[in-house]
Amino acid sequence: MHIVVCIKQVPDSAQIRVHPVTNTIMRQGVPAIVNPYDLFSLEEALRLKDEYGGRVTVLSMGPPQAEAALRKAISFGADDAILVTDRAFAGSDTLATSFALASAIQKIHEDMPVDIVFAGKQTIDGDTAQVGPGIAKRMDLQLLTYVSSITDLDLENREITLHRRAEGGVQVLKTRLPCLITMLEGTNEMRFATLPNMFRAARYPLKLWDKDAAGITDVSKIGLKGSPTIVSKVFAPQAKTIPAEIIDCESKQPKDLAVTLLAKMFTKFPNLHEDIAKANA
Amino acid sequence: MSEETEKEAPKKPAGRRKFELDPRLASYKGVWVFVEHERGVAHTVSWELMGEGRKLADKLGVPLAGVVMGAPGIQTRRFCEEAFHYGADLCYLMEDPLMADYRNQPFTKGLTDLVNAYQPEILLLGATTLGRDLAGSVATTLQTGLTADCTELNIDMENRSLAATRPTFGGSLLCTIVTLNYRPQMATVRPRVMSLPKPDTTRTGSIVEHALGMTESEIVTKVLEYIPDNLQGKPQLPFADIIVAGGRGMKRPENFQLIWDLAKVLGAEVGATRPIVQAGWVELDRQVGQSGKTVRPKLYIAAGISGAIQHRVGMDASDVIIAINSDPNAPIFDFATYGIVGNAMTILPALTEAFRQQLATLKVAV
Repeated sequence: MHIVVCIKQVPDSAQIRVHPVTNTIMRQGVPAIVNPYDLFSLEEALRLKDEYGGRVTVLSMGPPQAEAALRKAISFGADDAILVTDRAFAGSDTLATSFALASAIQKIHEDMPVDIVFAGKQTIDGDTAQVGPGIAKRMDLQLLTYVSSITDLDLENREITLHRRAEGGVQVLKTRLPCLITMLEGTNEMRFATLPNMFRAARYPLKLWDKDAAGITDVSKIGLKGSPTIVSKVFAPQAKTIPAEIIDCESKQPKDLAVTLLAKMFTKFPNLHEDIAKANA
Repeated sequence: MSEETEKEAPKKPAGRRKFELDPRLASYKGVWVFVEHERGVAHTVSWELMGEGRKLADKLGVPLAGVVMGAPGIQTRRFCEEAFHYGADLCYLMEDPLMADYRNQPFTKGLTDLVNAYQPEILLLGATTLGRDLAGSVATTLQTGLTADCTELNIDMENRSLAATRPTFGGSLLCTIVTLNYRPQMATVRPRVMSLPKPDTTRTGSIVEHALGMTESEIVTKVLEYIPDNLQGKPQLPFADIIVAGGRGMKRPENFQLIWDLAKVLGAEVGATRPIVQAGWVELDRQVGQSGKTVRPKLYIAAGISGAIQHRVGMDASDVIIAINSDPNAPIFDFATYGIVGNAMTILPALTEAFRQQLATLKVAV
């Protein structure tokens, strides 16, 4: 069995700050990490490999420094890693990205047939959740998003059974390989890197593919040219102009502050009485 | 040819460029909203979008349509009626037993076929598990642009294009995205981000039926079972009228009990910021903000919450916000309705008691 896991290196968005004067992103010192959602998919792929055997290839598209993310994946137990990197990809939106990744997976597939492709549910920097579905449609793979568990894999009949989170419930689905799966967060826990794998990751001869190596001939489908969406404006969220009415009273005692607040609030918003009564019912 | 010039100068801001729509795309007219439903109930995000779609359609002077896909029957047709009540002028209806459950393959084909047949200029879907699965697939099949999780939708009147605004970099910045020379322009919006319009039950409209044209043998994925969520005791923050939420300022997990105490008196749901959820004080379903739930309660009480933008985007549509924070410069005081500068650990019990008394007098009055 051959599994390809698509991962992305992202800035740790929890640590991003916006410059208060210029409203620009302050990137300095923000660590780059493997997109956390991708790790649930990588772990699930490694579990399938543990149980059924086979190989796990990790694939990423990004600037040369994204190789750190791929080495990280090798240290967790992935077998091979390919970084698709080319200046021609700059400015790609999700449609162009899914085209480039699908081309690369097709290329991988020609070397060693791919049974399952995993992708993260979404990334923490773009948050679009579009690249996984995009790859599946381009490669005509069965698309299974928001998967919470894989309950059965029958390699002989090439069938997979899994649980998929839907609105208001869980779908139990059975489908045929090849398929593309995005895992729901919190469905597994990434294993620790073992010492031998860490050594292997450090020495691993990472494959760097440019657009030609990835089998891309139609350059109108990648980069800015292949991206229908255009960012027309980036701006900081506007501050509301009306600041809070600060409740104060002479005694400064919590009890008096609370009573003062309620008196003011229920005078100005009398309907709240009814809303609270309704919530209590 | 305009498409070529379009691509030659991609770095200039789109709004200020002279723009001519590719004549082949001129036939794309109208605004569509995909009506999502599950187990006989429409998802409210569809009606929130219908309200938003109405405004866009009016600005463009084009009709607003709902797209209803599902198993044949009175229930599916009822969603068309509901769509009219919420503002649709017409509905595209696709009924087929193969669409009784959501599956990516038939829904992608169905929606793609409808778009190709009737050519809308804008297509909106809810950013739910279903909507995101379907939108990404349809946009790729149609080779068009899709903007996810928008918080604001507008029309750039200069070129009649959809200007979709969404948070980026974890909510620290907003960006406006346009899809100029591709149709339809697609966008998803998360539930509760837009307000729910008041339905007008006197409104009606026309229904355009279209067949799916697929057989079960063509659909690879089979639904073996559907296990509905047991909602009993599960937090339902997006639809709560009153929410009491706590942040890092609560300092210790045991202090969080003060939040629960006040919530109990008010019949409120309990919410929290991301650090609180990550520390495991409350479950994931209670996280409010960019990476959690978007809420629009009548009353939101924020204790020990600084009001960082990641939290703010999830709750600042609340009608009344009470903020309790010991730091008088906390950003939450910039947008809350009422603020109390002080220690949440002493203010919260006082507030709980004051509400309890207030409610007691109410009961006597009734």
